[in-house]
Amino acid sequence: MTPLPRWADVVLLPLLNVVLAFLVGGLIVLAVGQNPLQAVGIMLYGAFGYGSGFGYTLYYTTDFIFAGLAVSLAYHAGLFNIGPEGQAYVGGLGVILIGLALNGTHWAIVFPLMIICGGAFGALWAFVPGYLQAKRGSHVVITTILFNFIATSMMGFLISRVLKPAGVNSDESAPLEAITRVPQLRTFIELFKNSPVNLTFFLAIIALVFIYWLIWRTKFGYAVRALGQNPVAANYAGISNQKMIMIVMAMSGVLAAMVAVNNVGGVQGRLILNFVNGAGFVGIAVAFMGRGHPVGVGLSALLFGILYQGGQELAFQMPGITREMIVTIQALVILFTGAMGDMLRAPLARVLTRSSSPTGAK
Amino acid sequence: MTSLHPTNAQRSEGAAAAPLAIELVGINKHFGPVHANRDIHLAIKRGTVHGIVGENGAGKSTLMSILYGFYTADSGEIRVNGTPATITDSRHALALGIGMVHQHFMLVDNFSVLENVVLGAEDSAFLAPTLNKARTQLKALARDYGLEVDPDAIIENLSVGQQQRVEILKALYRGAETLILDEPTGVLTPDEADHLFRILGKLREEGKTIILITHKLREIMAITDEVSVMRQGAMVKTLTTKDTSPGELAELMVGRRVLLRVEKGPASPGKVLLDVQDLVVTDDFKVPRVKGVSFQVRAGEIVGIAGVAGNGQSELLESIAGMRDQLLGTILLNGEVLSLEGDDGAARARAAGLAHVPEDRLRMGLVTTFSEWENSILGYQHAYGSGPGLDIAKARETAEEYIKKFDIRPPNLDLKTANFSGGNQQKIVLAREMERNPDVLIVGQPTRGVDIGAIEFIHNQIIKMRDAGKAILLVSVELDEIRSLADRILVIFDGKIVGEADPATSDETELGLLMTGSHADDVGTVSEPGTLAPHETPVQQTLTQMSPQDNSGKDPN
Repeated sequence: MTPLPRWADVVLLPLLNVVLAFLVGGLIVLAVGQNPLQAVGIMLYGAFGYGSGFGYTLYYTTDFIFAGLAVSLAYHAGLFNIGPEGQAYVGGLGVILIGLALNGTHWAIVFPLMIICGGAFGALWAFVPGYLQAKRGSHVVITTILFNFIATSMMGFLISRVLKPAGVNSDESAPLEAITRVPQLRTFIELFKNSPVNLTFFLAIIALVFIYWLIWRTKFGYAVRALGQNPVAANYAGISNQKMIMIVMAMSGVLAAMVAVNNVGGVQGRLILNFVNGAGFVGIAVAFMGRGHPVGVGLSALLFGILYQGGQELAFQMPGITREMIVTIQALVILFTGAMGDMLRAPLARVLTRSSSPTGAK
Repeated sequence: MTSLHPTNAQRSEGAAAAPLAIELVGINKHFGPVHANRDIHLAIKRGTVHGIVGENGAGKSTLMSILYGFYTADSGEIRVNGTPATITDSRHALALGIGMVHQHFMLVDNFSVLENVVLGAEDSAFLAPTLNKARTQLKALARDYGLEVDPDAIIENLSVGQQQRVEILKALYRGAETLILDEPTGVLTPDEADHLFRILGKLREEGKTIILITHKLREIMAITDEVSVMRQGAMVKTLTTKDTSPGELAELMVGRRVLLRVEKGPASPGKVLLDVQDLVVTDDFKVPRVKGVSFQVRAGEIVGIAGVAGNGQSELLESIAGMRDQLLGTILLNGEVLSLEGDDGAARARAAGLAHVPEDRLRMGLVTTFSEWENSILGYQHAYGSGPGLDIAKARETAEEYIKKFDIRPPNLDLKTANFSGGNQQKIVLAREMERNPDVLIVGQPTRGVDIGAIEFIHNQIIKMRDAGKAILLVSVELDEIRSLADRILVIFDGKIVGEADPATSDETELGLLMTGSHADDVGTVSEPGTLAPHETPVQQTLTQMSPQDNSGKDPN
């Protein structure tokens, strides 16, 4: 089959998939007797129309960028990391531990330490499946899924039995003092009033650039891609498959753990149960829709940020559209961009080749 | 491949009067700007073996894909048995009696032979009746054509040659009258190739038509009745095989005079650069494949390892290249022991001055999804850039240089490697490994799937390396190649070196017997390692050997 030109592959195809998802979503909205155009309007307004909404959009986008990059990086090495959810959750432990240890210290000191300490916990949680894959051949897909469950149980125990201060009713750790928390952008920028977007957003942008550099501009990235695309050739080239698998999984865990810096360090200021709330899984969809490229990951993370924030606005504004409907639309986007992302590839290729070489057609 | 029952004369007698099985008239096919097939006219007589030769990228595969329904021609007509046909897919082709045996087999590895044969041709929802019918038919086919395969064997347990027989059975079971074979001997041992040609001979006797695509002129001369030469998308000429010669065909293919033999002076061996001592290596399933092998390769000599594929050559090469742990024994590179701890031994082997052209370039030597320049530094990426960053500009410079030096076509370093032809992919690997100025070069199947023009070039490069004082270890299933390149030949059988031969004095029969372990008892005395006198290689005979007259006189085994 004729391959698609690059621009069509990276821009047109994902765009068409999203449009298709929205069309089907629109039909569902229509089926429940609501106006789909009005719904889209409210959604976009909710995501961009006012400062606080925009801030929320960026806050969600931050989570999805990190989770998406975590999945993308591992995927470049041929590893399917399903575990950013658990890695972010365990990363939260590292963030809160360093935060509580230095509670009251200025954020300028604590923020970098949160990144390091949270990253180390996330890295450890991803390293173990990496180690098992490299040395024992246990597939990371299986082990990372299992590690998500282990993380849920372990963190539940730690939060409710160990970290919960005496006399508090809800399951959460002691809070960080305001000066220790990662500052929210609304303290500098009036526009973002009431929204939780914080400095971690810029960390996400830096991470996007860094991962691009790492994958396509370094020897390490070269080795990662060689391993991902032909492990036998990587072995032939003297690249240690085992070492690379363990390193890449650990790095993937570091990226996932930054979700915890955003949430625990920047918003909650404490460790609460299930704070990741599915962001790790959305990361899988973000990575696939973004085709593993940081630009794509950034854009699809933004799309999911819009869906999350705009969706909540929609559920609030249009009582006919329930929270479940929003989830349905999000699921449609995942379905069309991820699972069925190549559905339009063949027809699109046919249309493009026909239009470019009219002599070829009969 | 010398064992053909009818002589060429007899063959073409019957062929002359035969009606046409396939006729292609004015076939044109474009891929974007590439004119892959230009105005092809081809007539294939029923009951003949028709060879199609041409360099990589000459358009042979495209033409056959059009015939088999993978592609549709832009213009032109296909006539099957004189009736115009529009073939839209392979099912359609099969219905017209055209079957194809692909270079890369299309078999389900964990199915039995029988299941593979009926796959896609089941008669009903229940398998049992189809399987029973197929079993009877397979027996008949096996009897008629010498296509013996155990119908209940699992594909992955079969040898490559047997798997190919299953592919042929698949096509015959579906009622193919015309069989297209794409490079059928590329993966076969000489024995298996002989067997295949005996089968093809039988098929012809039974009135089947065979279209044989190959690089190997020797096979063309040995089995075909007629041969068509393609060059750059066009059909150059169709000749009667008995009236032509390999030299003429090669010239038609390449468009210029080609040297079919290797010119090289005597070797002047220096100090030992590669020293293998009592090596024992296991395969992925911990089965020993190399069982106590010792030999040395000196500077300025080419040592060839001859053997039937699967006798431990692959494991031996991979072990020396640092990719596979040795169970016992020592490998000394430049006098230093090659340590194999961890799974990055290949990097240490390279650092010690070894370069490795792997047997299987697609599986091992290249990352086919990488662009050309990225593959030009595979294994040497550490040399590009001093920090963590990759010095892409320098890497591209290197790639540019290799493209010029090795005439890699198309000269586009951003093209995905999968889109290069086999010969050019091989050149990418060779350039990368040879231009690093290694002390020791180990080469596996240097010209597998490579066309004639490139073979000449590759052989000359290897000789040049030798003359520059490098130690070269060559493994090839092409006995001709080993005999014309190597200064000493070691014969490997069942993981052991069973003898050493001087290419100047040993003949093919002797080597063949050694390779099959036939007189493993009284060998090892052929000569002491390293004591062979310098000599001229006797490749002048290659040409005469390849001529059909010679073939008919040869031993049928």
